[in-house]
Amino acid sequence: MQAVAPATPKSWYLPTKPHKFCPGCGHGIVLKALGDVIDELEIQDKTIFGCDIGCSLLSWDFFACDSTQTHHGRTTPVMVGIKRARPELITIGYMGDGGGYSIGSQHLLNAAVRNEKVTLILVNNTNYGMTGGQMAPTTLPGQKTETTPFGRDPELTGYPTKGPEFIAQVTPDNAYVARATVSKYNQLRRFIRNALRNQIEGNGFSFVEVLSTCPTNWRTNAQQTWHFLEDEMEHYFPVGELKNPFGKGGK
Amino acid sequence: MQQVITESKKAFMTGNETAAWAALASGADVMFGYPITPQNEIMHYWTRLAPQYGRGFLQTEDEISAGFTVCGAVQSGKKAFTATAGPGNVLMQEPFGMAEGMRLPLLAIIQQRGGPSSGTVIYSQQEVALTTFGGNGEGWRIVYSTATHQEIYDYVIKGFNAAWKYRFPTFILGDGYQAKMREPLEMYDPETRGIKMIDTYPLIGLDGSITTAEREPQHLCNIYSLEEELYDVVLKNSAEYKSISPEIVEYEERQCEDAEIIILSHGVVSRAADDAVKALRAQGIKAGYFRPITLRPYPEKQLRAAIAKSGAKKLLIAESAYGQLYRLTRQEIYGETIKMETLFMPGVGIIDYDIISKVKSIF
Repeated sequence: MQAVAPATPKSWYLPTKPHKFCPGCGHGIVLKALGDVIDELEIQDKTIFGCDIGCSLLSWDFFACDSTQTHHGRTTPVMVGIKRARPELITIGYMGDGGGYSIGSQHLLNAAVRNEKVTLILVNNTNYGMTGGQMAPTTLPGQKTETTPFGRDPELTGYPTKGPEFIAQVTPDNAYVARATVSKYNQLRRFIRNALRNQIEGNGFSFVEVLSTCPTNWRTNAQQTWHFLEDEMEHYFPVGELKNPFGKGGK
Repeated sequence: MQQVITESKKAFMTGNETAAWAALASGADVMFGYPITPQNEIMHYWTRLAPQYGRGFLQTEDEISAGFTVCGAVQSGKKAFTATAGPGNVLMQEPFGMAEGMRLPLLAIIQQRGGPSSGTVIYSQQEVALTTFGGNGEGWRIVYSTATHQEIYDYVIKGFNAAWKYRFPTFILGDGYQAKMREPLEMYDPETRGIKMIDTYPLIGLDGSITTAEREPQHLCNIYSLEEELYDVVLKNSAEYKSISPEIVEYEERQCEDAEIIILSHGVVSRAADDAVKALRAQGIKAGYFRPITLRPYPEKQLRAAIAKSGAKKLLIAESAYGQLYRLTRQEIYGETIKMETLFMPGVGIIDYDIISKVKSIF
C-alpha cells in the first residue's frame, strides 16, 4: 500500500477506475490534467465531454460529467451542435490524430475558421492505436507502422500534419491554439486550463494538441517510448502556445 | 416561445417555404443545413424568418456536419432539424445512423432529386430505399411521404412530435416538384388545432448538480464492447419500433371495395393515381387507390386487407423510380398472390395519362 496515494481529480468518475488504457499510454496523463483543470475551474456540472472513436473512446465514461460518444471524426460537429444550442454549457471534444486530422479534418478546419466556442483536445500518438497501429497523418518520416511496414515515405504519403500550426493560420486572434506533451505535465495542465478559460470567457475556438505515447503499437519499452516522445516527436512537433488571447505566459 | 401564426390563414407558396413555416410553427429552435438543390429554399426562408422569432441557424461545412450538429443539438434538448437531397442524403446517412443507434429525435426534410449519383437537381422518388433503410442499421425510422403542400405543413408538425415522442429519427420525404411548385394551403398554429407540441428535454446537460450528488452523470453510449450488449440493444429497439408501429402507420385508400385493379403509389405520384382512378371508373374500369403515407413503418396489414376485400387480380405500382416502392411493397406483403404490374418512370413525373395507358395495356 502506498503511503501517499496520487491525488485523484474530483471530476473523475470513480466507478470506471482503473481506466482501460494500455500500460504506458499517455491518455491517462492527458485525462488527469483535464480532470485537474475541470476541478480547478469548477465547471464539472456544466461540462459536456464528447469523445471520438478510437482509443479516445475509452474515455467516454471517464469523468463524472455528462458525456456522449459520436462517430469516427464526428466529435467536432456534435460538440458544435451542443454549444450552438446551449451556449451556457462547456463543451470538450476529445479525439485522436486520425479523427481530428484525417477522417474529421473538414470539421476541425471549418470549426476553427468559424471560431466555434468549443474546446477540442487532440491526442497525437503518431498512429491509429485502436485499429492496430496504422499510419496516421502524424506518423513521422521513416516511422514504421502496419501500413508503412518499411517506414513512412514522404514522397508517397506526404509529411506529418502539423495541426496547431495550420489551426493557428485559420483562426482569429481570440482563438487559443497550443501543442503540449505528456512529458511536461504542468505545462500540459496550463495549456488545457487556458483552452477552457478561453471558452468560458466566450472568446473563441480553443485547440490543444497533446503529444502522447503508444508503446503497444510502437513496440517500445519504457526507455524507448520516452526517447521517441521527447527526442523524436517533440523535435518534429514543437511544443508551446501558438495563439494565446491571454498574452504570453497566461496563467 | 413566440407564437408564429396567430390565426389560421390561406397561403400560396412553394413547398420549401411551407416547410420553413411549418418548422417555425412547430417551435423548432435551430436548423443546421448545407446547400443542395432542390431543398435550398428551406434554408433561405428559415434564415430570413428564424431571427424574427429568436431561432438559430448554422450553415455547416457539409451534410455530414449538418446531421451531426443536429444530433448534438437534440442531445442538449433543443428541437433541431435539417433538410437535404440526393448526394446530401447519402452523406447524412452517417448521422442518421447515429440518431437510430442513440434514439435521437432528429427531423430531416428530404426533397428527392434524380439519381443515382448527382443525377438531376429536379425530381425523383429514388431516395425511398435510402431514406427508409439507409445506413448500417435496421431501418428504425419514421418516414412520411407527402403529396401536397398542406401535407408538408401538417407532417412537419407531426414529424417533430413523432421524433420527440418515439425517439426514432423522423423524415419528411418530399421531392423536387413539391419543393419548387406553388400551391395553396392553410397555415395554422398547432395548438389551435388541438395539437399539443411535445416538450423537448435534454439527454445531456441536465438540470441538477453532479458535484453535490443531486444526480448521476449521463454517459450516452453508442458503441459497445461486447456483442451481447449490442444484441440486447438491437432487440430492445426493434421490439419498441414494432410495438409503436401500429399507432404511427398512415395510409389512404379509396374505392378498393370492388376494385379489379389497385393502383399503389406514394408521394406526389399518388395525385396522378387519384385522377387516374376517377377517369378509369368513368370509363367503366373498376380501379382502386392505395397510398402508403408512412413508408416506414409500412401499412402492410392495411394493404393486405384492401387486397383481400377487393378480390383485385392486379396491383399496379407506379413510381418515379426503378422499383424502390415495388421492392419495399413486395417484401412487406410477401405471400400475397395478387399479380404485380409496374410503371417505373425513374426521375421523371407521372401524370394520370401514364397510369391510365398502363392500366389499359394490362387490363
